[in-house]
Amino acid sequence: MSDNQFYESLDETKPGHTFLDSNELVLNMGPQHPSTHGVLRVILKLDGEKVNGIECVIGYLHRGIEKIAENRTWAGFGPFVDRLDYTAAVSNSLGYCLAVEKLLGVEVPKRAQYLRVILTELARLASHQVWLGTHVLDIGAVTPLFYAFRDRETILSVFEKYCGARLTTHAFRIGGCRWDAYPGFAEEVLKLCDDLPPMIDEYRNLITGNRIWLQRTKNVGYISPEDCMSYSITGPVLRGSGIGWDLRKAQPYSSYEDFEFDIPTGTAGDTFDRYVVRVEEMRQSIRIIRQAVDGLPEGPIIARVPKVIKPPVGEVYVSTEAPKGELGYFLVSDGGPQPYRVRVRPPSFINLQALEKMAKGSLVADVVAIIGTLDIVLGEVDR
Amino acid sequence: MPDVPEGNLPEPAPEKIPVTPAAAAPAAAAAPTTPAATAPAAAPKPATVPWESALVVQLRSVYGAAIQTAATYAGQNYLVVDRSVCHEVLGTLYEQAGYTFLTDLTAVHYPKDALPFEIVWILYSMADEQRVRVKARFAGGEEVRSVTARWAGANWMEREVYDMFGIRFAGHPDLRRILLPEDWTGHPLRKDYGLRQQDADWVQKNLGIESGQ
Repeated sequence: MSDNQFYESLDETKPGHTFLDSNELVLNMGPQHPSTHGVLRVILKLDGEKVNGIECVIGYLHRGIEKIAENRTWAGFGPFVDRLDYTAAVSNSLGYCLAVEKLLGVEVPKRAQYLRVILTELARLASHQVWLGTHVLDIGAVTPLFYAFRDRETILSVFEKYCGARLTTHAFRIGGCRWDAYPGFAEEVLKLCDDLPPMIDEYRNLITGNRIWLQRTKNVGYISPEDCMSYSITGPVLRGSGIGWDLRKAQPYSSYEDFEFDIPTGTAGDTFDRYVVRVEEMRQSIRIIRQAVDGLPEGPIIARVPKVIKPPVGEVYVSTEAPKGELGYFLVSDGGPQPYRVRVRPPSFINLQALEKMAKGSLVADVVAIIGTLDIVLGEVDR
Repeated sequence: MPDVPEGNLPEPAPEKIPVTPAAAAPAAAAAPTTPAATAPAAAPKPATVPWESALVVQLRSVYGAAIQTAATYAGQNYLVVDRSVCHEVLGTLYEQAGYTFLTDLTAVHYPKDALPFEIVWILYSMADEQRVRVKARFAGGEEVRSVTARWAGANWMEREVYDMFGIRFAGHPDLRRILLPEDWTGHPLRKDYGLRQQDADWVQKNLGIESGQ
């Protein structure tokens, strides 16, 4: 091709066809980048500021949780699931216990079910506070992080009083709860329900109207409802795109059918709408907690479960609505004291796949916003 | 309050685990003194019952004996299908029955069986709020047809199955290991994967000592 022919073949309206932009830069982000929320490595193919290609490299935190399960007893695997999504350890524990109970055919006492709901919703609040603080920090606002973590402390102190641990709680046992509510539990949680809404208003005042925040989140990281279905996306990301699907309503477990709450949905499917959805979810969680504390029945907190748990031969898939999305456990029992196979369906892992779809064509700074809005926890992605 | 006395727990069921595990747990749960007796309805005992529905009739009329089992266990529907038609069954469920959401894709290894690898597709229908598991058995080394063309989300799920079980998916756009490093040997979730051997090999190679145990 002569120079003249080459010149004529250039389409000057497209920047990619001029010599200035003909070189793509491959940029490695992570695994120790602060905005990747752990050890996620993202390889970006950049054309100036524009992201032309993106690839995730994961597995840095892989501990082989599913293999560990095959070498533990059914009850002995309980503490391990707390290490999946460690920002909401109680939610993981609930899912696993429900799955084993389903395999055993055990009915959990009502009081334990309510206690589980209270603690799980508190964990959802704590998880969303971690998300909010870090997500906003990634985008450039430092202050809300301190507000969110200040309020998270009050929730963690309830966990601490309940079971002695703040983060990896192992609060539930197969068949119910290990501990009953401590004296003053109801008052403390109700006070929390009174204190938290003004705190959430505080976040709103700081963030929602902020011009920089709006510019960094509106129309950033768009994903359509069809793509959500294709990518198996669940949780607030799915609801942010306008699909009001929540397992707590669709297939209620642990007495969620007893409580009134709404499923917030977005319309635009962008980062801002997912922010709105999660903040509204926090308010709905408070609503659920209030109802559960008010209606907390008396009675036993754990069902009769044999000391050596040997579920009958069979397999079940049980899933719950964790803060990040659908957390499922596919359990296979061969009738022995150890699980034959435990499969964890991690919402973070599956939602993270959509990063490529959401970030392609955006600016490199938006990748940080999109990782934040997906709300991933690497403990769960890598297992 | 970690120092709650053990008396806080109801005493466990008598330590009498029958040899047939199928009866063990439900028997304990159904003991007359169980605290769950006050609960409105006891959970149904896990039992396998045939799954009868218009959908199953339709699938049987199309695929005949290739639908090996259509059953409900613990209230959950599942299909066991022959591997020759599993891809088509998934397509029928997607196009005609509204199972448009691929919840999960995983595998189970049964090394003693003639067809040792079971692939499990968990599908969900948001219109009916129904879930179904489709299962098919494959021989070792056999390729499974990828479903990434229909569900983009299957990409990483299939990569994980390849990583953990060594099952290859035909038509997958980018089949590589995902959680483990590229140079890893073996597939950990296979039942014949030696954890101790793996450990010893690593220690010998990298630390130059006999065993880390």
